[in-house]
Parts: sequence; C-alpha cells; structure tokens
Amino acid sequence: MFDLRIDRKVFVATNHTQRVVLRDIAFSIAPAEVIALLGPSGIGKSTTLRILLGLDDAFDGQVRRGAARTGVMFQEPRLLPWLTVAENLSLVVTDRMPKPDIAALLDRVRLPNAAGLYPRQLSLGMARRAALARALAVSPQVLVLDEPFASLDAHLAAVLADVVQRWAHDTGAAVVLATHDLAQALQLASRLLILAGPPATLAADVPVPAGSDAATRTALHAKLTSQFGFFSSGAPGTGGLPSAPSPD
Amino acid sequence: MFSPRLFSLIGFIALWWIASQVAASRTLLPPPQAVLAFVGRECINGDLPRAFAATLSRVAVAFALAMTGGSLVGYAAGRSARINVWLDPWVVIALNLPVLVVIVLAYVWIGLNDVAAVLAVVVAKAPTVVVTVREGTRALDPGLAEMAAAFRLSRWRRLRFVVLPQLLPYLAAAGRGGLSITWKIVLVVELLGRPNGVGYALNLYFQNFDVTGILAYGLTFAGIMLLVEATILQPLERRASAWRSDV
Repeated sequence: MFDLRIDRKVFVATNHTQRVVLRDIAFSIAPAEVIALLGPSGIGKSTTLRILLGLDDAFDGQVRRGAARTGVMFQEPRLLPWLTVAENLSLVVTDRMPKPDIAALLDRVRLPNAAGLYPRQLSLGMARRAALARALAVSPQVLVLDEPFASLDAHLAAVLADVVQRWAHDTGAAVVLATHDLAQALQLASRLLILAGPPATLAADVPVPAGSDAATRTALHAKLTSQFGFFSSGAPGTGGLPSAPSPD
Repeated sequence: MFSPRLFSLIGFIALWWIASQVAASRTLLPPPQAVLAFVGRECINGDLPRAFAATLSRVAVAFALAMTGGSLVGYAAGRSARINVWLDPWVVIALNLPVLVVIVLAYVWIGLNDVAAVLAVVVAKAPTVVVTVREGTRALDPGLAEMAAAFRLSRWRRLRFVVLPQLLPYLAAAGRGGLSITWKIVLVVELLGRPNGVGYALNLYFQNFDVTGILAYGLTFAGIMLLVEATILQPLERRASAWRSDV
C-alpha cells in the first residue's frame, strides 16, 4: 500500500551546519495493519510521517504512496478557524470520495453538538477530536496519526483509540501512528516500529500477535523496556490507555 | 439621541460659518449655504454629475488594476524569495518616486490620454499593495498549507479556503488605504492633463479664483468617498472577519 525507504535525511540549520536525523529506515504498510512508530520525543517520528505523506521530499530514498485515500491527523488540530467544524470536515472531501455522514462522524468522536461551532469555541481536546473526525471524513484507506492521543485525558484517549481501532477493523484501512507511549502502542498496534538514535534508525520491527492478552503485552513491554531505555518512564498500568468503554 | 460624531460635524459647519462671517471677503471663504447652493446649481445643470462620473470611473479602473496587479505580484514575492530579491529594488524605487514625476512621465511618454492617466495612478499606488500583500503572504500559516497538501486539496480549494481568508485582512488594509490614495492621485492626474473630471474642475475654479467652486467639488468628492468606504469597504471587511467575533 505504502512503501517507504529513507536512506538519509539531513537537517540544515540556519547557520548552514548539517545534521543527519534519519538513516536507513524502510518499511511497507499492508492493508488493515496498525503500525505504531515509536521512539523518544524529538527522534524524528513526525519527520518520518511527513516524508511518508509527501510533505517533505528533501531526503535520499523513495516513497511510493499510490492513490490510497489518506486521512491525516497532525499533532496540532490545524482546523481552519474561519470554517465551522462541519465545514472543516466537508472541505477535505472531494467529489470522487464517498460522501461522509458528518453528523455520524462527529458522534463517533464524541462531539455530537459541535458541527456549527468555530474552532476557537472548542477546547484543545475537542479540536483534536474534530481533527480525527476530519481524517475519517475522507473515508481513508490509510490513516496517518501524529501523537493522536497526546493532551487528552485517559478516558477520551481510550475512546479515540477505540474509534481508530474499529475504523481499521471495519474498513480494512491501514493505520500509522506516531507515539512515544509504548503501553498505548501495545494496546492499539499490530506492529511496532521502534526508532532509536540519533540519527534515528529503525532499531526494531516487532509484530504484536493478534488478540494478545494482557500478560503477553506486559511481557513484551518488559522486554522492550529493558532493550530500549527511553521507554522506562511509562510502565503498563501507569501509562497507556485504560480499557475502552463499551459503546453506549 | 445625537451621536458625538454628529455634534462634531455640526461644530465644524458652525465654525466654518463663523469664519466666513469674519473673513475679509466672501470670495475668500464663502459660507456653507453658498457652497451648498452652488452644488445644487451644478447638479441641475449637469456639470457636477458629469465630472464625478469621469473621475469615479478613473478611480474605479485604477483601483481595480492596482489591487489586482499589486496583489498578484505581492503574493508571488511573498512566496518566492528569488522573485522577491529581483523585485524588491523596483518596489523600493517605486515607493520613493514622487507621484508627480510618475504622472508627468506617463503624460510625456504615452500622451495626454486616459491610458496614461490610469497607468500613472496604478504605478503610483500598486507598490503599497505589493508590500502589504507580500507581508500577508509571508505570514501564511505553514501548518495549514501542510494540512491542505496532506489532504491533497485542489488548487482552487487551497486558494479559496486556506490562502484567501488569511490574506483578507491584508487585502482589506491595502484596499482601504488604497482607495483614499487613489482618488487623491486621480485628482492630480486630472488637474495636470485631462479635459474633464473633478480635478479638471478644481483647476478651472482655481484659475478663476472661485473658492466656492473649489469647496463645492472638493467637499462633495470627499463625502462620496466616505460613503463608498462606509457602505462598501467597511461592510466587506466586517463580513470577512465575522468568524473572529461570532460567538
């Protein structure tokens, strides 16, 4: 679906000094796969996603994206402040896409009464949910999410994780999400790609067995934490997502 | 009931009347009612409407051309550092060139016609539009542009829904400042080399030392421009920024 190969990505600072930030990162994304791109803050997860999305082409390597409909949620909501929430959602839908049910999408992310509101009338948490609804509005075959649950309370994060998981399950869409939270990733993803560095390289490509129970996940968490020091701050139970509430 | 603005205006007219009473001669400063009567006579004989039609059409054409051309060039300069490097010295020269020089050169090179008149106004006005829109373009939010690219929005949707709303405050500022400058330049252009329009009329009354005529045309013109600003430009600006205050 998506093929990405980054041989080298260099950042040029304003004083013209060069710094290699990404090196030898290559992976493919298959339909229905939920990939978590993990690594410490500032390692280059967002840069990798930007390259994947075609927003940054100043790198050595290749990205093959095909024509898959792609829904994106950035770290910041990036809603257009002069459009209402519903208009923000409609804007990204073209005539060639299936027409989304905006009200149902907003219900899904628990924003039932926000259609007519302007972004500045929303809290940050609400705006991030609207941004997720916008990503879903294009009926994505690939969903790219950059730290989707940061700055949300645990309950809301669980709700949104559930929305993402159901979307992947129901539509067969692939999901790529960047996060620094291992416990969260273990609950959501079917595959973990761990970046370590700097410069960031693909340090591990770990499959998460489908339907793995809590004990398996805890064991995997312990193993990865001992292997990669930067995960030690969030142990299962202290970080990650609480179990998703049943849909009401 | 009465707003301070109205009181201020009435005060101005009263002061004018008093000054006209103490002035050495009525021809030096005619009272308000004499000017009003003059405006009435000129309206009836058709001279004033004809002059205003000529001037306003020049203002409209020059304003539209300066805004369109200046916005396009300013946008290009704001987007591309390379274009800006080449363009910037031209803009600086154009900004500092006395308007009178532009007008005279246009008449000398193109001839005493309307093309030269309108072109002189455009050349004098467009650089300020370029500078304003260039600043607006530089201030465009790269995050929103990235969002538009990630969702593969069409060129038209990006322009209409992402770029234009961000540029609107700058376009409005350029437009409001632009109109008042444009009509002042048009009057000079007409005074120097057109056989009709308000500028021509002002020149004629100046030659005859007719202060009543000068005040009649000058104040009526200022009044019409204020009306255009209050009834067209300000409501447009309010509509464009409605999302900011709408709660």
